[in-house]
Amino acid sequence: MDKYVCDACGWVYDPAKGDPDHGIAPGTSFADLPDDWTCPECGVGKDSFSKQD
Amino acid sequence: MNNVGKAVKISDNVYWVGAVDWTTRDFHGYQTSRGTTYNAYLIMADKITLVDTVKTPFMGELLSRISSVVDPSRIDYIVSNHAEMDHSGCLPQIMDIVKPEKVFASAMGQKILESQLRIGSKITPVMNGENLSLGNMNLTFIETKMLHWPDSMFSYLKEEQILFSQDAFGMHLAVDRLFDDENVWDVLEEESEKYFANILMPYSNLIIKLLDAVGEMKLPIKLVATDHGPIWRSNIGKIIELYRKWSEHKPVPRAVVVYDTMWNSTASMANAIGEGLRESGVDFKILPMSVSHRSDVATEILKSSAIIVGSPTLNNNIFPTLADVLTYVKGLRPLNMVGASFSSYGWSGESLGQLNDCLKAMNVELVNDGIRVKYVPADADLNACMELGRLVGTTLRGKIINLNNG
Repeated sequence: MDKYVCDACGWVYDPAKGDPDHGIAPGTSFADLPDDWTCPECGVGKDSFSKQD
Repeated sequence: MNNVGKAVKISDNVYWVGAVDWTTRDFHGYQTSRGTTYNAYLIMADKITLVDTVKTPFMGELLSRISSVVDPSRIDYIVSNHAEMDHSGCLPQIMDIVKPEKVFASAMGQKILESQLRIGSKITPVMNGENLSLGNMNLTFIETKMLHWPDSMFSYLKEEQILFSQDAFGMHLAVDRLFDDENVWDVLEEESEKYFANILMPYSNLIIKLLDAVGEMKLPIKLVATDHGPIWRSNIGKIIELYRKWSEHKPVPRAVVVYDTMWNSTASMANAIGEGLRESGVDFKILPMSVSHRSDVATEILKSSAIIVGSPTLNNNIFPTLADVLTYVKGLRPLNMVGASFSSYGWSGESLGQLNDCLKAMNVELVNDGIRVKYVPADADLNACMELGRLVGTTLRGKIINLNNG
């Protein structure tokens, strides 16, 4: 599964790790994150993320 | 604390109670040639509210100005629109003195105030769009995440139509007169542009979204009360339009040449490139790093659509001043730039490749592999440099024509 990087702050969403502090289980793909999920580091929305090269 | 500083009334029930820093010239690496202000505002509503504080050494000035209106202990609420230290540094001490009923910040602000000042447990987090009643007035919070910190938010005072915009629309400019129309426009534009280039440029895409979102809210705004520099009163539309323009980075016929030199070889190449740019009808500025500040390079990059960088090779590397400025501007993520590199060298000559790599890492579209000259450039080398200037100029002009036709 692809990693996604936050365009605003550079934090990387790794599907293998998920975002357990915010209820996202490891193994959750970026596409399956809820629409209201936000970057845990800086708070911007999913639309401010890009697929990591 | 003394009682020298007085508050300045900016609206029926709102006072500026900030501090003017005539001295500072270095703001975490940004050269503040004209000093700055740390603005804080006192809303004399039923619930007396302080919006933001100041950099710690200026706490006495803040308290003095507040005291000219009301005893600081009568303040009920404090709002932290932005947790960066120049607006929050003295917040713990102010909370000790004022003993406010509540201190508000965004949820991210609460986290940052905890990490910086260990006061998170004393903060009441507010949501985007939340309304806070001040009794006879209302304050609405609008989150502006990553503009330019995770916690950043605007506060809008409905009854007096004031947008407290924290760092957005601000500038580093120490002033005696607090309103935009009491100051020289060209200076305001220059310092706003420098502020945008050095603080906000990386977040250009978010700024466009925010301008659209706030525009749709159709808030009547009489004053934009920023955290640095003058308060916008007569030029609100103008500064918002400039923010849109700076965020869009549309190609313009302007280039910047940034270089350093050891024995004048790279300097003569820079000047020849400038002549080529001149011939192609592109405006340009040459910034020798021996006498230029990185924050002024950032401003020139914001104004330009081409960057041409030059460095000698010193001990197998680019010159340290170029490493400094290129690291700095890479972080500012300029968009939509074309560029090229040039260098002189004695033996190993690594700098040209290193400069090209730096530009590629900034997503600059290189016009070619650049020019590398051994020791002192001969006439043919300088002609090649002029040709490089012309090539950058014509590439840029082609890009503008394509855009206009597209």
